[in-house]
Amino acid sequence: MESYALLLGSTLSAGTVLAIAALGLLINEKAGIVNLGAEGMMLCAAIAGFATVVHTGSFALGLLAGMAAGALLAVLFGWLVIWLNTNQYATGLALSLFGVGFSAFAGINYVQARLPDTPKFSWPVLGDLPVLGPALFRLHPLVYLTMLLVVLLMWFLYRTRAGLVLRSVGESPQSAHALGYPVRRIRLLAVAAGGALCGLAGAYISTVYTPLWVEGMVAGRGWIALALTTFATWRPARVLLGAYLFGGVTMLQFHLQASGVHVASQLLSMLPYLATIVVLVLISRNPTWIRVNMPASLGKPFFPGS
Amino acid sequence: MNTLNKRTLLKTAALSAVTLAVLAGCGKKEEAAPAAAPAPAAAPAADKLKIAFMYVSPIGDGGWTFQHELGRKAIQEKFGDKVETSFVESVPESADAERVMRDMAGQGNKLIFATSFGYQEFVQKVAADLKDVKFEHATGYKQADNVATYDTKTFEGAYLAGIVAGGMSKTKTVGIVASVPIPEVVRNINSFVLGAQSVDPSIKAKVVWVNEWFSPPKEAEAASTLINGGVDVMYQNTNSPSVLKTAEERGARAFGKDGDMSAFAPKAHLGSAVVDWTPYYTKVVEDTLAGQWQSGSFWWGVKEGAIDLKKIADDVPQDIKDRVEKARAGLKDGSFAVWTGPIKDNTGKELLAAGQVADLKFLTGINFYVAGVEGKVPGTEGK
Repeated sequence: MESYALLLGSTLSAGTVLAIAALGLLINEKAGIVNLGAEGMMLCAAIAGFATVVHTGSFALGLLAGMAAGALLAVLFGWLVIWLNTNQYATGLALSLFGVGFSAFAGINYVQARLPDTPKFSWPVLGDLPVLGPALFRLHPLVYLTMLLVVLLMWFLYRTRAGLVLRSVGESPQSAHALGYPVRRIRLLAVAAGGALCGLAGAYISTVYTPLWVEGMVAGRGWIALALTTFATWRPARVLLGAYLFGGVTMLQFHLQASGVHVASQLLSMLPYLATIVVLVLISRNPTWIRVNMPASLGKPFFPGS
Repeated sequence: MNTLNKRTLLKTAALSAVTLAVLAGCGKKEEAAPAAAPAPAAAPAADKLKIAFMYVSPIGDGGWTFQHELGRKAIQEKFGDKVETSFVESVPESADAERVMRDMAGQGNKLIFATSFGYQEFVQKVAADLKDVKFEHATGYKQADNVATYDTKTFEGAYLAGIVAGGMSKTKTVGIVASVPIPEVVRNINSFVLGAQSVDPSIKAKVVWVNEWFSPPKEAEAASTLINGGVDVMYQNTNSPSVLKTAEERGARAFGKDGDMSAFAPKAHLGSAVVDWTPYYTKVVEDTLAGQWQSGSFWWGVKEGAIDLKKIADDVPQDIKDRVEKARAGLKDGSFAVWTGPIKDNTGKELLAAGQVADLKFLTGINFYVAGVEGKVPGTEGK
């Protein structure tokens, strides 16, 4: 019983990293921009956040620095693809490669640096429950904030005027432009917001989740987050569920191994990818899901006045 | 074999034009450094033995390449004016490696250290063309007239760590975060457990495979799972200090590997199994300078000073430290071998009879768990 509660708790933690980044990318993509630079942004944010915590001792400042680093890179990316109309996929890949290299360079002197102990968090009353308390109610606050973020994002996208404008920019930038909306500025804001969230995820990895800095430590989570937005058919709630599923399957395979269940670990490692394929198959059986939700102008350049 | 580690991500890093540009800059800076040392103008440059090192990842990886770089610095210091060393980092295990080696030879290097398993085919190819250059290939198995291979007995470090683990585990269950199921890793897992059982035969072990060489978040998740499962002392065969860091957070204990990782987790750190390439590099340079370089396959361990358990934690009881010292002394003078029978696998089958010492063939083909380890080695489930 206790081990299952712990398994659930670690699933929520593992999923949170993916969910934050994927929600950021979702905002991007709702505005019609694909940013393949997520991995690079997360790495740069990871070292920015780590270095900030090393120098200031404040985890909050570290997370903010990560968000700033992510947003900064995203704005650079945004300027290239929105104003200069460079190819989004190529530019994103370049950003990713740049981020991997640059973070390694910037982090050379931080490889052996130590962070102060992570402050412990616990919900009042709930945190003291037997079994469930330690497993579910003493996780990092960001785990709970991410759940809140999903609700906020759903409200923003589907219940507010600003959300409607954002989506229209992703569906039909020409129409939005004709109606007088500043398409480029809106897209840049969306890209910056996405970058900030990717940055938050990166800084969370290096300061809280795996509190150390080594090169390439994001280890592909940026790419998984990108896959998650498609996997979730551009729906915030499904992004969260998908993130928990991805995180959960990984934790489950470790859990099975540690409890001595004799299943080939390679087979277990494969499960998250198998799950993705199954979901993609289910989605393609009902193509309206994906058509309804996928922004119609995703990845396409926009020339105002054309 | 250890060198497969860096891979996936660091390869991406190596591809980055920015990294290459930046790192090329670093390399040049280092090359210039020896010139700053007092170099008598009388010594003509032609007399110097030029030595080049090719690294698979940046020196900043804190592990594999970092340790090789320490070896390079040591020989530059020891041999001073007699040698001139340089290096190129982040060389992908691709045709680029071949180009880099040809370039190194073109610049007059007569001794080239290729420090990653994946360079093997390229070393063979270049060496066949350049007969007057000596090649040293770390972790490979293919030799030639001018190609020698070398590696470290990391399992001896794992065994020494195991002794400490056996003395420190209160739950009598130790855990290992394992990377990729190849014989070297399985041998390390078993050696660690044999070390622990030499202190307390009732010790049990759990293994969690990450199936990657380097993925800090996954390594942390695997370590967490082991702690949830009742493990209080962990060893890892993965490449980052992530397991150690997780142990620190969760109040468990763990070891560093390849390099000294004590700085990452002072409370959790029980010791680091540190690989030291300096003795081997010193020997090779000495031989080359004396004109006595020979090809061959070298597998050095505690005896030669290539691996040792360092920075053992202060709270480890003295009798345990004495046991480590005894095993270390035995490995040094050859009176003790880690793989000495009786050794049974975890199905009860006796693999080494009492007093029997494993030979090279046995050691390089280990694909079972010793008694006390739960589960089966991945890939052998059906057997």
